[in-house]
Amino acid sequence: MLLKVENVHKSFNVEVLKGISLEVNKGDVVAILGPSGSGKTTLLRCINFLEKAEQGTLTFDDVTYDLATISKKDINNIRKKTAFVFQNYNLFLNKTVLQNVTEGLIIGRGMDKNKAREIAVAALKRVGMDNRLDAFPSQLSGGQQQRVAIARALATDPEIIYFDEPTSALDPELIGEVLNVMRDLAEDGMTMLVVTHEMNFARNVSSKIVFMDEGEVIETADPETFFENPKEERAKTFVQGIISARN
Amino acid sequence: MTQRVLEILINAFWRILLPGIKVTLPLTFFSFALAFVISVIVALIQYADVKILKQICRFYIWFIRGTPLLVQLYVVYYGLPQIGIKLEAVPAAILTFGFNEGAYMAESMRGALEAVPKGQIEAGYCVGMSYLQIIRRIVLPQALRTAFPSLSNSLISMVKGTSLASVITITEMFRQAQIINAIYYEPLWLYLEAAMFYLLFCSVITLIQRAGEKKLSTYGGVK
Repeated sequence: MLLKVENVHKSFNVEVLKGISLEVNKGDVVAILGPSGSGKTTLLRCINFLEKAEQGTLTFDDVTYDLATISKKDINNIRKKTAFVFQNYNLFLNKTVLQNVTEGLIIGRGMDKNKAREIAVAALKRVGMDNRLDAFPSQLSGGQQQRVAIARALATDPEIIYFDEPTSALDPELIGEVLNVMRDLAEDGMTMLVVTHEMNFARNVSSKIVFMDEGEVIETADPETFFENPKEERAKTFVQGIISARN
Repeated sequence: MTQRVLEILINAFWRILLPGIKVTLPLTFFSFALAFVISVIVALIQYADVKILKQICRFYIWFIRGTPLLVQLYVVYYGLPQIGIKLEAVPAAILTFGFNEGAYMAESMRGALEAVPKGQIEAGYCVGMSYLQIIRRIVLPQALRTAFPSLSNSLISMVKGTSLASVITITEMFRQAQIINAIYYEPLWLYLEAAMFYLLFCSVITLIQRAGEKKLSTYGGVK
C-alpha cells in the first residue's frame, strides 16, 4: 500500500468532508467520482496539504501522519514524492515550457541544470510537447498547457500523481489529447489518484472507483461492478444519471 | 518676445539645464531607487501577511499619503534637527522623496502582486519550491511586469516633485530659474523655460517606458 487516508474531516463553515477514508496501492489508478460539491477536490487538496484538514491521518510509504498537526518538514518531504495536476494547469506564466518543468527540479530539488534539462525534455517528449520547449503558456492551447503540466508532474519522478479534474477546463475537442497522455501513464504503471467527470476514462482506465457524495465515500468498487451493478442507492442514481444523459 | 528676453533665455539655457542634469536627475534617480526598494518590501510584507510588520506598513502608507510632501520636507529638514537629527539638504530630500513615493508605489506593487494568479503558488509548492523561492522566481517577476506602467508614472511624478527641493536650499532646476529671475525679472519666460526642461525629461522617460513595455509585453505576447 502506497497511500492511505483515514477519517478525514474538513469544514468551510459547513462540513464538506465527513470522515473520508481511502487506499491507493502502487500501480493503482483510482478514480474519484461524484456529483459537484461532493468534496472530491477538497479531499485531493487535503491529501496534498493545499488545504488543512481538521482531523484525519495519512499514511504514505508506511509512515503515518496526523493531518491536523503534520509539520512543514514532513509536508515538504511527502510533496517531493508526489505531484499534482490542476484543473486550471497553473503553469508558471513567466516561464517557458521547458522552464516550467525544470523549475521544480533545479530550484525545488537543487538538481544540476543539464541533468534537469535532460529529464525535462524526456518528460515533455512523453506528453508530446518537446517541440514547443521555448513557448510561453499563453501561446499554448489549454490541452497543450495541461500536457506541459503533466510533464512537470512526471519530471519529479513521483510515486503518485494527483489529478484534480484535469480535463474540466478544456474545450471538448482538446480533452482527448490529455486523456490519451493519462492513459499512457496508467499503462506504464504510474500510480494515479484522479478526480474526474470523464466516465469513459474512469470505466476503461481506472482500476478502482471511489464514489463520493456529500462529503462521504458511498461506494468503492472496481469499475465494471460500479458501472454495471452499483450497490448503494446514491451510486445507482448517479450511474443512471450518466446513462440517461448520454441517451 | 523681445530681443532682450531671447538673450536672457539663451543665456539661461545651460544655467538651468546644468543643475537639471547635475541635481534634478541624480535626486530623482536615488529617490526612486529608494522608493522602489521600500515599495517592494512594504508590498511583500502585506502580501505575505506578516503580523505586526503589516500593521506598521499600513500605518506608514496611511501617514505618508495623508500628509503633504512639502510639509514632510519641512519636517525632515527643518524639524528633525530640533531632536538632534541633522541631515544635509540632499540626503534629506532623497529620504523624503523616497519614503513619500515609496508609499504610493507600495500600493501599486501590492495590487500587482495580488493580481498574479494564486494557483501558481500552489503549483510551486507541489513541485517542491519554498514560499520565498516561489515569490522571488514566479510571483515577483510577474507583478513587476504588471506594475511597470504605474511605476513609470511614479518616476515621472518624482521628476517634477524634485522641484520642491528648492524650498530646502537645494539648487535644482527650478531654484536656478528663480535665481536667474531674481536678476532679470522675466518670470513668465524663465519659468516656462524651466517647465520645458521638465517636459523634456518626462518625455524621455515616457519614451523609455514605451520601449520597456514593448520588451516586457511578453511571456508570449498574449495575456
